[in-house]
Amino acid sequence: MADPTIPAPVPGAAAAPGPSAAPAVPTAAEAAHPYAGFLKNNLREYGMLMSLVAIMAFFQYMTDGTLLEPLNLTNLVLQNSYIVIMALGMLLVIVAGHIDLSVGSVVGFIGALAAVLMVHYDWHFVPATIVCLLAGAAIGAAQGWFVAFFRIPSFIVTLAGMLVFKGLSLALLQGQSVGPFPPTFQLLSSGFIPDWLNGETLRTTSLLAGIVVAFALIVAKLRERANQTRHGMEAEPYPFFIGKNLVFAAIIIAFSWKLASYKGLPNVLIIMTLLMLFYDFVTTRTTTGRRIYALGGNEKAARLSGVKTQWLSFYTFVNMGVLAAVAGLVFAARLNTATPKAGTGFELDVIAACFIGGASASGGVGKVLGAVIGAFVMGVMNNGMSILGIGIDYQQVIKGLVLLAAVFVDVYNKSKS
Amino acid sequence: MNLLEMRGITKRFHGVTALSDVTLAVRAGEIHAVVGENGAGKSTLMKVLSGVFPHGEYDGAIHFEGSERQFRGIHDSEKAGIIIIHQELALVPLLSIAENIFLGNEPARLGVIDWFAAYAKTQALLRKVGLNERPSTLITDIGVGKQQLVEIAKALSKEVKLLILDEPTASLNEVDSDALLALLLDLKAHGIACILISHKLNEVAKVADTITVIRDGSTVRSFDCRSETVSEDQVIQAMVGRKLEDRYPKRTPQIGETVFEIKDWRVHHPEHADRLMIKGVNLHARRGEIVGIAGLMGAGRTELAMSVFGRSYGRKISGQVLLNGREVDVSTIQKAVANGIAYVTEDRKGYGLVLNEDIQRNVTLANLGGVSSATVIDDGREFKVANDYKQKLRIRCSNVFQQVVNLSGGNQQKVVLAKWLFANPELLILDEPTRGIDVGAKFEIYTLMAELAAAGKCVVMISSEMPELLGMCDRIYVMNEGRFVGEFTAAEASQEKIMRSIVTAGAA
Repeated sequence: MADPTIPAPVPGAAAAPGPSAAPAVPTAAEAAHPYAGFLKNNLREYGMLMSLVAIMAFFQYMTDGTLLEPLNLTNLVLQNSYIVIMALGMLLVIVAGHIDLSVGSVVGFIGALAAVLMVHYDWHFVPATIVCLLAGAAIGAAQGWFVAFFRIPSFIVTLAGMLVFKGLSLALLQGQSVGPFPPTFQLLSSGFIPDWLNGETLRTTSLLAGIVVAFALIVAKLRERANQTRHGMEAEPYPFFIGKNLVFAAIIIAFSWKLASYKGLPNVLIIMTLLMLFYDFVTTRTTTGRRIYALGGNEKAARLSGVKTQWLSFYTFVNMGVLAAVAGLVFAARLNTATPKAGTGFELDVIAACFIGGASASGGVGKVLGAVIGAFVMGVMNNGMSILGIGIDYQQVIKGLVLLAAVFVDVYNKSKS
Repeated sequence: MNLLEMRGITKRFHGVTALSDVTLAVRAGEIHAVVGENGAGKSTLMKVLSGVFPHGEYDGAIHFEGSERQFRGIHDSEKAGIIIIHQELALVPLLSIAENIFLGNEPARLGVIDWFAAYAKTQALLRKVGLNERPSTLITDIGVGKQQLVEIAKALSKEVKLLILDEPTASLNEVDSDALLALLLDLKAHGIACILISHKLNEVAKVADTITVIRDGSTVRSFDCRSETVSEDQVIQAMVGRKLEDRYPKRTPQIGETVFEIKDWRVHHPEHADRLMIKGVNLHARRGEIVGIAGLMGAGRTELAMSVFGRSYGRKISGQVLLNGREVDVSTIQKAVANGIAYVTEDRKGYGLVLNEDIQRNVTLANLGGVSSATVIDDGREFKVANDYKQKLRIRCSNVFQQVVNLSGGNQQKVVLAKWLFANPELLILDEPTRGIDVGAKFEIYTLMAELAAAGKCVVMISSEMPELLGMCDRIYVMNEGRFVGEFTAAEASQEKIMRSIVTAGAA
């Protein structure tokens, strides 16, 4: 320790806050209105969610309520499930500082593989599914190998993969459409959770499942908050916290009630929700997730902090491959046939979903829930515009402009703060 | 006759005053040093002067060459002859020297560049700044010192009247620094005035005619070096606003047994495998000891440290690393950390920090296991750890959720240190730990080093600033061209002896 005769300089240094330290202190205005300050800080976080709500409200109005009808809502989930599933993997890839352009082709290839195994060779759907998932992992591993260990830009590796797997699915199917799939496999996309409670007009089990999830959400959030305050962390204002979570819980219940009044919760929604929760947990709570963000934020610093950056990059691609395989199976089951054109252009929707959801193209930034919201923004627009009878031509134009606008607003906000 | 007068400059950011009533007067043809702690407002002042903050965003007046100027952008100030060279050089690495010098200002007719004229003019400019390179050489192929000279040549191509240099020698070795300072004196002889922003007071003392000290956004005082003798202590006192009895904490080293040893360490260049970069180095460090490694830039000090730290530099590495007499495997960073070695990089932005993440996440990055169970991070525990280090190291921030990119250099350095302290190392290798940070923060980091040594850790400090090595270390190795060429105890060591062993080793 320093000699006791000269401790003066250090406290002196600490007590004299330079102008560099000054902006860190909340300004008088923020101190006077703590809620306003908090809202402002969190607006960006919830901005995307609000845009989704606004877009839904817009189409709900324009389509005279068709958008949120139980049948259409179910379709919305089914149509977007494979995009959402891939967006989860793509988010990790993008956060790690890479990109994967091959996922659309992989979806087509896995669909073709599944069709060949189940239709031509009469495999049972369980081993066929396992083989397909392993194939997805192998595809991801092959591409990740080049990206992570040979430092070939992912854009190039996966562009190559896009061509390769597009070609391979054509070869597998020999240019033909192959189908139909066994009925048990079709349930993956067209099935709904069974209704043990035998509701007459309402699938009571589905509604109940929604209520349980909503309740679990509130309990989990309360526990998280308790842990935060126990360690002296500043939590969000209590009324805001309660209000926010009640609204979320209400939305979940309303959503499941809507679905319950049609055929109940689709199987694929369950898969999607579980995957979503899993990846949200991985990215926000685990050391692996944390390291992926560090890798994308500054690879050299992450490596010098003991993060195995190459392996981590590699695994994000393996993971992407598996999720693309899941999406490929879901999509094949939904169409009930494998066609050489399946999956074309999916990579664009998936990547757009991540960027609309706030991921940064330079890596290190992005949230799983953001990507999911991004995927639904695209999905709702697709669905809404189709109901309104807007042609595929202008649909593309509008989607492109929305992507640009979303990223523009994000970048603009960042440069302002 | 004053070339430049800035009067009553006040600049606020969102209600925070960064500059308050600052006055700066630069005489024609003088070298005017502006010094102050990090965050004192030097850079803000220069941004006001160069028009980065356009007229109207600040209060006060700028008079240049006798008339009031209202610069609306860098373009305006450059047209008037005020040119600023930033610390982070603004050169395009894959373009040639000539292309860089005339970037945006190409000698052209109808948009077609006259390369003969450009090359001839570049040739003349390079001669003026004393740079012996061909105009067609790419920027990426020359060192930082030469790049700095190219920046100055670029400024000269624009008929500069007032040259502003922001920390020009921060990343230069002593030879290059001296050459640069000599060039400034030469420019002065040709009537070009210069504002020099620097942390290195010895350099300032060498060349400055006037020294203006800025503290907390105001001008504290101006020293006229031509009419009075100004001591370094006077300047430092004005900078920190208090008397600085000692720039280094006093400590009574309690040195124990040898903890860490490197034997016959050899490292080859990562790209040119036949080039031996570290040529058989032997080093030991004892419990409670602060060991220094002196040397010029390029002596191989960083390469030595990084090759020991999980082979993060070089290849074909041979030699032994011993901890407490037992040979340990340091072949990966994970193993080095697990064996109690930590390396604090010299390049905190490039290698030390994840800039877009907050303080908390940076602090725990090297030891996530310490805040998680079964790979699940405990938010509360993590916050507590980060907050403890924030208080212990006096990291100045609103809270630990602040992005590190917004912190000053000294506070960023503390975050990097906190990260490695949390990894709880036995041996801490600090590479240029005080580069580019202000006097107050330096003292805090020295104090921390002293505390670590007192707690029985080994500290190895690599530094290009000899006074701090002499002030802090119990023993100093001198490194030159990949070898240790001298070793001195604190009692024997002096700046002259260290310099002599470097110079004589180079001659041999």
